[in-house]
Amino acid sequence: MWSIRIPRHRTVRFTALAAGANLSALLFNAVQPLDRLNVPDTLKALHTAKLTRGHVLMSDMGRALASITEDTLGWHDPLGGHINAAQVAAKFGEQTYQDAHNDWHRNARDNFLIELAKHGLGLRDIVANINFFSKVVVAEDGRMAYVAEHCPAAAVIELQTEIDVLFVLANCPHPLAPSGKYPKVPVRIDILSSEPGGSDDFCRNFRPECGRALALAERLYL
Amino acid sequence: MSTLVYNESPLNPADAIRSEIIPAGDGWFQPVKKDQTLRIVDLEGNQAADTFFFNADDVTERYSAQDTIREQGAIYLTTGTKLMSNHCRPMLTITADTCGRHDTLGGACASESNMVRYALDKRFMHACRDTFLLQMVLSGYPVTKRDLAHNINFFMNVPVTPEGGLKFEDGVSEPGKYVEMKAEVDVLCLISNCPQLNNPCNAYNPTPIQVLVWN
Repeated sequence: MWSIRIPRHRTVRFTALAAGANLSALLFNAVQPLDRLNVPDTLKALHTAKLTRGHVLMSDMGRALASITEDTLGWHDPLGGHINAAQVAAKFGEQTYQDAHNDWHRNARDNFLIELAKHGLGLRDIVANINFFSKVVVAEDGRMAYVAEHCPAAAVIELQTEIDVLFVLANCPHPLAPSGKYPKVPVRIDILSSEPGGSDDFCRNFRPECGRALALAERLYL
Repeated sequence: MSTLVYNESPLNPADAIRSEIIPAGDGWFQPVKKDQTLRIVDLEGNQAADTFFFNADDVTERYSAQDTIREQGAIYLTTGTKLMSNHCRPMLTITADTCGRHDTLGGACASESNMVRYALDKRFMHACRDTFLLQMVLSGYPVTKRDLAHNINFFMNVPVTPEGGLKFEDGVSEPGKYVEMKAEVDVLCLISNCPQLNNPCNAYNPTPIQVLVWN
């Protein structure tokens, strides 16, 4: 788990260091966290139920938080939510820290709460999250299905921050991941400088809605 | 589209302890006690009823779309669906539904999302999120924008394709269709009768809904 404020116009590259990664994420306007990732606003603006290159992650105030500028997978999950302690115990077995020490099975809910608390935030700030590297498909009748073996080793997704963003991250299993052995897949995070308005041109023109969310983000810096 | 399953309610409106009309563009924020039944009626058809729930005893516990759809393994709501909280506990159970399908993914319209979706000059138009915020502020309940996660859209049809596309379709609701749910805990029910004029979710003509409560 990790949380970090990343200034506007940086590239944040997430790399799965082995197959089967899942990184649950919440994004906030770092200056005003009431302005936060809004999954439904993002999905309906983009007419999508998955996230990939070209998409712009939007806040509930209509602002672009970050653009997805690169993606080797083609599908990241905005539907499944995040795993809690009871679900981890049910899937991967009851366990205590006292017995397990560093093999302790962490869960995304508690990791979110710990990292949020470091920024004066908490339970009320946990809204719908996204899951990088995971795929959940929806059949015609609405049934949801988790796609195992979606993420190979070295899968990469890159975001460009469009305002100052607080990332709150939990590297824990997807709540629909199969039971058995608790997957521990490291994800590397590289933060790189990027050209404003350069690498995100594809995103800006992906749909008119992306351009308007980017315009609203730019209004923060007039 | 897959087959929709309809379930009518045995409850008689004459026995309801509460019956109110909510005009389009208005809101309703009222308690519904454990074991009471709440019915929302789409009086004239094709009207979205944006609805959200708080646990009345602890408002930090609230409806969670992601927990609801994941635990039932399907994105649409209908009879039998348990509306789950952010603690993954049932808050209400849908007991009757003559519409057959309700949306969990679209959330509420807001002035700002209207700017993104339609045009920057749509900022002035009325939106569900404004109704929610005003209802919350005026209610006296200890809730603010911070407590507002994304809501249910009763009577709205937002299908997802197997390829991961999201579509906005109408045509599942008609005049008099209703959805009914029994509270599993004491809840506060927050409704915005959607004022949206920019898309067909209200058939470009927002109309009233009716809310009934039975003991």
